[in-house]
Amino acid sequence: MSEENLSTLPRRDFLKTTAAFGGVALTSGMLLYSVSQAKPPEEAVTQQVRWGLLIDTTQCQEGCTDCVNACNQEHGLEVHGERPEAQSQWIHKVNLRHKQTEKTHSLPMMCQHCAIPPCRDVCPTGASFKRADGIVLVDKHLCIGCRYCMMACPYKARSFVHEELTEQKSYSPRGKGTVEACTLCVHRVDQGERPACVAACQKQAMTFGDMNDPNSDISKKLKQIQSTALRDDLKLQPAVRYHGV
Amino acid sequence: MKHLAFREIEGNSAGFYFLLVALLGLIGVGATAFLMMEHHGHIITGMDNQIVWGMPHIFAIFLILSASGVLNVASIGSVFRKAYYHPLARLSALLSVTLLMGGLSILVLDLGHPDRIIVAMTNYNFNSVFAWNIFLYNGFIVVVSVYLWVMMDRSLQRYYRPMGLIAFTGRFILTTGTGSIFGFLVAREAYDTAILAPLFIAMSLELGMAVFILVLIATCIWANRRLGIGFLERPKNLFGIFTIAVFYMVTVYFLTNLYITEQRDIALFMLVNGGIYTFLLWVGYILVGTVIPLILIYHPVIGRTMPGILGAAFGGIVGGFSLLYTFIIGGQAYPLDIFPNMEVVSSGFFDKGVHVYAPSIWEIMLGIGGIGVAFFLTVLGLRVLPFLFLPTALAGVKPEEVD
Repeated sequence: MSEENLSTLPRRDFLKTTAAFGGVALTSGMLLYSVSQAKPPEEAVTQQVRWGLLIDTTQCQEGCTDCVNACNQEHGLEVHGERPEAQSQWIHKVNLRHKQTEKTHSLPMMCQHCAIPPCRDVCPTGASFKRADGIVLVDKHLCIGCRYCMMACPYKARSFVHEELTEQKSYSPRGKGTVEACTLCVHRVDQGERPACVAACQKQAMTFGDMNDPNSDISKKLKQIQSTALRDDLKLQPAVRYHGV
Repeated sequence: MKHLAFREIEGNSAGFYFLLVALLGLIGVGATAFLMMEHHGHIITGMDNQIVWGMPHIFAIFLILSASGVLNVASIGSVFRKAYYHPLARLSALLSVTLLMGGLSILVLDLGHPDRIIVAMTNYNFNSVFAWNIFLYNGFIVVVSVYLWVMMDRSLQRYYRPMGLIAFTGRFILTTGTGSIFGFLVAREAYDTAILAPLFIAMSLELGMAVFILVLIATCIWANRRLGIGFLERPKNLFGIFTIAVFYMVTVYFLTNLYITEQRDIALFMLVNGGIYTFLLWVGYILVGTVIPLILIYHPVIGRTMPGILGAAFGGIVGGFSLLYTFIIGGQAYPLDIFPNMEVVSSGFFDKGVHVYAPSIWEIMLGIGGIGVAFFLTVLGLRVLPFLFLPTALAGVKPEEVD
C-alpha cells in the first residue's frame, strides 16, 4: 500500500507539473505565433492570410525615393545607363497633377497583387501565379519570356530582363529572358518581416499586414481612413490601396 | 469530279536552285538575328518595358493571319462547293501550313527563353487564350496536313468534305483566338473590345487572298505556265470583298471609340496625333491598302490586267502590315490610363506620355527569316509533292466556263 502511495504520488505530481509546463509552453508559443505571424518554412501558405499594403500618399514627397532605393538594393536591381527604358523597375515613384483641380500627388507604384490578376490569367505556362496568401509571383523556371503578362497588366508593373544579370541575390531569383515584378518581398514576409520598401519609408507612409486579420494595423487603418484601389473599375481587387489620391 | 492533273514543279533549272539559295539566305538572316538576340538579350532590340511586342510580332501575326486566310481558297472549294476553286485547294493548304510555320518560328525565336519551348508545349494554363493558341496552332497544322492527305489520296475522297469542314471551323476558332489575344486585354485602351476577333478574321481572309494571288502568279511565271487573266477574276473579286469587310470593321472600331468619351483619346491618337501611327493608318492602310487596291480591282480595264491585280494584292499586303503596326505598336505606345483625369508630371518608369519605339535591324531580320522559312518550305513542298494544277488548257479559261 505504501509502495502504491509512493509510486502514484510522484507520478501524479509529475503529470501535473508536466501538464502545467506544457500548457505554458504551448500557450506562449501560440500567443507568440499569432503575434509574429511567422510560419515554419515547411508549412504551406493559406488563404486565411491576405497580405496587403496601404499607402498614405499624403506623406509621400515628390523628391523622395527611399522605397525605390530600398527595393533596388534588396533585390539587386542594377541601374545601367544604357537604355533606361529597358531596365527593371519593381517599384517607382509617380508624380501627378489633377487636370481640373491642379492638386498634385506623389505615390509609389508597384505590382498591385490583384485578387484576380490578369497577368496570371493570360500566362500560357502558368509561370505567373498567385499564392494562396495573395502574393502574385513569377516562377522563373516556367517563364518562357513571351511578355504577354506585361501586355495584360493594367498597372505596367512588370519588367522584362533584357540582358545578362550580375550581382544577383540568392533569395531573389531573376534571369535574362524572364519577366519579373514586385514580390512583396516574399522572402522577408515568410520570415515575419515587412517588405524592404515599407521598412525603409521614413514617413511611415506604407502599412503592411494581413487584411484578413481584423486586429492587424492595416485592417484597423483601412476602417478609419479613406482608401482607394487604382483602376478599381476593372474589379481586380488589388491588395494595394492608396489614401489621398 | 473530273480527274484533275496535278504535278510538282520541275525543279531542275538554275533558277530553281537560285531561288532555294536565296530563301536559305533569308533564313540565314533570321538565324543571325536570333543568335544575336539570344546571346545579348533583348537589350539590342528596340523593344523595352513599354513597347513589349515589336516588329517581330507584326511579321508573325501577318504570317499567321495569312496562313489562316489562305486556306479559305480550299474551303470555298470543299465547304462552299464552288468547283472553280478545287484545282487550287492543294496549293492553298500547303501555303496554310508553311506560312503558319514561318509565323510560329518568329514567335518562338523572339521568346526570352526559346529553349523552354518544351515547357510551353507541356505546361498549359487553359485560362490563357495564348495557351489555347499554342494548342490550336499545332492542332491546325495536323488538321491541314490530314486535309492535304485526303485531297491527294483518291481512295480517301469521301473524307474530303468532312475534313474541309473541320479545317474551316478550326480556322475560324484559331483566328478568333488570335484576335482575342488582344481583345481580352483590359489593360490597354486600344484593345479590350470584342470586335477584334471578327476584325482579325476579316483581315486573315483579305491577307490570305492577297498572298494566294501573289504566290499563284509567281509560281506560274517561274514554272513557265501561262495563267489566263480570266482565271484570276474570281479570286480578285473575292479579295475586293474581303478588303471592304476589313475596312468596315476598322471603321466601326474607330467610330465607336470616337463616340465613347473615355475611348476618344485613343481613337484620336491613332487617327490624328499619333505621328508615325497616324501616317501608317491613313497612307499605309487606307490609301495604299484599301482605296488603291479597290480602284485597281473594280476598274473595268485595269482590273483585268496582270499589273493591276498584282498591284492590288501588293497594296493589300502593305495595308495589312500598316494596320497591324498602328494597332499593335500604337496600342502599346499610347500610355496606360492608370490615373484618369490626372496628368503624369514625372514617373520613374516611363508612364508619362507616348512611348517611343524604333524597330532595330535585328527585329526586322528576324521577321525576314520567318518569311524565308515559310517560302522555303513552300518551294520545297512544291518540288517534292504534286500541289500544282497548271495544265496549259487553263491559260485561256474564263471563270464562267469552269463552274
